[in-house]
Amino acid sequence: MRDSLMRGAVALVSAPMLVLALANPTSVFAQVEISGFAQVNYAARITGTSCASDTACDFLLGEERVQLKLEGFSDDGSAGFKGRLDFFNDAVVGRSGTEVREIYLDLISDYVTFRAGRQIVTWGLGDLLFINDIFPKDWVAFFSGRPLQYLKIGSDALKVDFYPGFLNAEIIVIPFFEPDRYPTGARLIFPDPFPAGLLRRVETKRRSFENVEMSSKLSRYVADWEVAVYLSRTFYRLPAQSLDDSASPVEVHLRFPRLNTFGASLAGAFLDGIVNIEGAYYDSERDRDGSNAAIENSEIKGLVGYSRPIWSEATLGVQGQVERIQEYDSYKANLPVRFRARDELRWTATIRYTQPLFHQSLLLNLFVFSGISEKDGYLISSARYAFTDALWGEVGGNIFFGSDKYYSRFGSFDKNDNIYLSVRYGF
Amino acid sequence: MLNDSWHSLLLNPLKVNELMKVTRIHLLRRYMVPVAILFGFIPLRTSAQPSPQEIADRSLQAFYYPAADMSVRLSMTLTNSQGKKRQRNMTLLRWNSEKEGDQRYFVYFHSPSDVKGMTFMVWKYRGGDDDRWIFIPSLNMVRRIAANDKRSSFVGSDFTYEDVSGRDVGDENHTLLRTEDLNGRTSFVLESRPVGSAAYARRVSWIDAERWLPLKEEYFDSRDQKVREFTADEVEEIGGYWTITKRSMRNLQTGHRTEVTFSSIEYNVGLEESLFTERYLRQPPRRWIR
Repeated sequence: MRDSLMRGAVALVSAPMLVLALANPTSVFAQVEISGFAQVNYAARITGTSCASDTACDFLLGEERVQLKLEGFSDDGSAGFKGRLDFFNDAVVGRSGTEVREIYLDLISDYVTFRAGRQIVTWGLGDLLFINDIFPKDWVAFFSGRPLQYLKIGSDALKVDFYPGFLNAEIIVIPFFEPDRYPTGARLIFPDPFPAGLLRRVETKRRSFENVEMSSKLSRYVADWEVAVYLSRTFYRLPAQSLDDSASPVEVHLRFPRLNTFGASLAGAFLDGIVNIEGAYYDSERDRDGSNAAIENSEIKGLVGYSRPIWSEATLGVQGQVERIQEYDSYKANLPVRFRARDELRWTATIRYTQPLFHQSLLLNLFVFSGISEKDGYLISSARYAFTDALWGEVGGNIFFGSDKYYSRFGSFDKNDNIYLSVRYGF
Repeated sequence: MLNDSWHSLLLNPLKVNELMKVTRIHLLRRYMVPVAILFGFIPLRTSAQPSPQEIADRSLQAFYYPAADMSVRLSMTLTNSQGKKRQRNMTLLRWNSEKEGDQRYFVYFHSPSDVKGMTFMVWKYRGGDDDRWIFIPSLNMVRRIAANDKRSSFVGSDFTYEDVSGRDVGDENHTLLRTEDLNGRTSFVLESRPVGSAAYARRVSWIDAERWLPLKEEYFDSRDQKVREFTADEVEEIGGYWTITKRSMRNLQTGHRTEVTFSSIEYNVGLEESLFTERYLRQPPRRWIR
């Protein structure tokens, strides 16, 4: 139902554009460009685990994909469109189909820009640590070695940007809720805190005005520093899980409760590098007193990041993040016995090292999450080589550390260590 | 033939350039300029010989700062020692600030396809580290990136960031070695030694004495080995500004080389400062991106 509605919405937005473009492409859009890529992407589990029968076991990922990118814009640059459409065959879960990554229309003037349609939005300053970027993400893609661009999912939305001069204001209205693609047993193995054999019932948000999400960002430069404030009324995109009946459960309910965020960020040059500071208050509207164990408590999140070139072409980035649970006593008191309590302050650190070699035809990349509080971690390493301008290949690994007995962000995925291969031909 | 040339040269100095084009006689080229100087047809500026500092400054101005703004399409060919080629195509927009020496650059990548739509912006400050931003379209993400690495390769080419956006005249101490003819152009041969640490110990530049463009540059390492060589392969007058429309940089140690061809060059097109902001990184100004 949700998917068909979404398709309807996309069609609604894209149909006038296609009619216009097909009627006479050169007169409507002075320039139309077609590009894209063909890609194969495989990932193999290296932990040698035995899996449930419905879980992709030795291979997490085996897919072929073609992306067509179509862009057009008028001569004076006041109007344009972009579409990115993927055709894929996923051998691991036996599925093939199409995926609309983005289709949007732009109307541009000196002071206002409208963008309507399915679009990817990225806000905030964290490097793979997201605080004010509350837009949908695909964690399964991220954990299973797909290219980074697949971490982000489009939102079907209307975005209006104002440029009055003294600041930039961005407002995004998302009528149709899009959850994260969160880990499931189809590809990933992780401990289930609930009794075995329960059905999962995933909440479908009604397409109502009440469920419209809104986000805004105000930003400007103050001296040499980019200052931004963020305000959002959205939903958690990772599900809150609860049993339908704690005495004799039949189903696990997965719901996406209301989330309001208030945040700010600051970025600028400092000591030969770039420093990022970002923070936000997460107001968990449905569980402000912290008594509902299924729903996240309100939290305060903050991060500081610093990156700089270290030697020839190489860049090093480090980040530290802390997340503080509000109403911690209430949280602990209401936590079910099978769950391990989080620390009141959860500390995370990351390191990124990037080294291009051979005139940037080889790119080495290492990223490590260190879950300081939960004593777990996640290492992503990759080597990408451009054989020609059109064809590159990448090998890499996703390695998780920590105990997989309890839920912890990285440790619980310990059985999903994998190596992956991507090869892409761009055109 | 030779006598005719001498004769007409003496009679009509305006024919010097024309003769050079027509005859292409090496001997003539070698001797014509000194003789012309001797007869006073080309002012040697002995009375007002520019200082090495002034030559360096005028060369930087001619090379990096002509006009109030510029729009150009760049085609960059990277060739490794085995002859394997890679190609990058981009549109470059440049705007000169009222504050002398400060500039803004905007680069839009047309190809290869994997970086198509990527944009890159530099705010260049005289005497300070630049500000740089990059936009990655597939993630719709703008990142500010550190800019203290002026010696890093620009998009994998043999040109560094510094080569692309220029140095400050005070970054180096300049000495005029000699004045000599290079490919028919009277050139000041300038030696420049970096004041602070740099990727080279010294560089020697041949600077066109009339147009002020560098025609050749040789970079030497601390053992005084020549490691890189820049050449201006084609020079044209466009909109009243002498412009190097084809240039090469060779890495003499690895055999890697980069050739850059400028096309669709336009000066004083009316770019505005507001174009060089994050807004346009995310939404490239189509009016200017061709």
